[in-house]
Amino acid sequence: MTIQTLEPIIQATPFFQGMEERHIDLITGCAKNVRFVEGETVFREGDAADQFYLIRSGLVSVQFMIPHRGLTTILTVAEGDVLGWSWLFPPYRWHFDARAQQATHALAFDGRCLRTKCEEDHNLGYEIFKRFMQVITERLESTRLQLLDMYGNNK
Amino acid sequence: MATTSDELATAPLDVEPMLPTPYRIQRIRQETDDTFTLELVPADSAEGFSFAPGQFNMLYVYGVGEVPISISSDPSDAPLIQHTTRVVGTVTKAMRLLKRGDMLGIRGPFGTHWPVEDATGRDVVIVAGGIGLAPLRPALYRLMAQREKYRKIVLLYGTRTPEDILYRHELEHWRGKFDLEIQVTVDRAASSWRGNVGVVTTMIPRAPFDPSNTAALICGPEVMMRFTAMELQKRGVASERTYLSLERNMKCGIGLCGHCQYGPVFTCKDGPVFSYDRIAALLGRAEV
Repeated sequence: MTIQTLEPIIQATPFFQGMEERHIDLITGCAKNVRFVEGETVFREGDAADQFYLIRSGLVSVQFMIPHRGLTTILTVAEGDVLGWSWLFPPYRWHFDARAQQATHALAFDGRCLRTKCEEDHNLGYEIFKRFMQVITERLESTRLQLLDMYGNNK
Repeated sequence: MATTSDELATAPLDVEPMLPTPYRIQRIRQETDDTFTLELVPADSAEGFSFAPGQFNMLYVYGVGEVPISISSDPSDAPLIQHTTRVVGTVTKAMRLLKRGDMLGIRGPFGTHWPVEDATGRDVVIVAGGIGLAPLRPALYRLMAQREKYRKIVLLYGTRTPEDILYRHELEHWRGKFDLEIQVTVDRAASSWRGNVGVVTTMIPRAPFDPSNTAALICGPEVMMRFTAMELQKRGVASERTYLSLERNMKCGIGLCGHCQYGPVFTCKDGPVFSYDRIAALLGRAEV
């Protein structure tokens, strides 16, 4: 039986595309494969944000509990998407719930492990922050479009 | 020889363009909370017309007024036509109160059309937002009727909530045929919704098409079309093969009155379907 390391898988993801091999090595040391069954909670609002995920297959809903309205889905992430950046910033707590909408396969990265490596190697830290800034910018742009309620009839 | 949609769109109108033709409402279908479809047939003595996907008609509610609405039915069903519209103003409010058997006046068809013939041999990506799916529906019918002429056909459809999804049964039917990739996303949803949530532009990076050989058709709110066109460009789709349908205040429908002027063009005559490279500089400009 051959055991495939996560290195080539991580290297092939669009998120880590173009990253130096030595950095991929460091990142791989903080990564593991995870699976969630349909309906399983990935994380809960207020819990410690000690990981982030790169979705390999499936669909995860990012949700928010609104009193009198219930659990509302504000975003779904699918193959190739990043889930979670609260591990990067204090107080390292999740701000939303995340739940597997379908059976989901992901790479999970240990936040504490990565933060330590970023402190030790600022070039790695810069590369990771650049990539997360891109994701955050895209999410902000999408959120602004959602806020416009552009399909609505002013109702 | 069959008439192509290109010939149809460029052929001179053989009827007096300012004279409404009487049509009878054969069926009314409530699509969503505020959107409905009228199925219309020429009244007893009237002649129908053929149309190309993407063209629009001026619909006259007698005694109330006229509004431009895109044709949303299968071109091969003509002279039967369908118009899907949302209740937004005086005329569409009055239109909603009409009943089966009532009459409407129709002028048209007007304007340019989706270049479905030019997309032969390519992947076709259709990006629709909200009620923008209605003007794209005839293009979908045409593409599906000649399925062998195209490579992948992908429909990316974004709308407000799951309750606002247009033509739900038809989308399910098409999805079941496996030769059309359909991805639907909504801006917000309760946790019971099993599909995607997020703006339609977020589906473009991973949609299955070859950007170097793709024709893209976009229709929806203007801001959505702007961001969609930019995202398609980012993916590598040529701007001259990206097409948008614009909505302006069309009145005469034949480029005479100037109500729908958009910079150097008249939307009713030079549009409503434009290639992105032709109008990219105008989109988003407050002065236009």
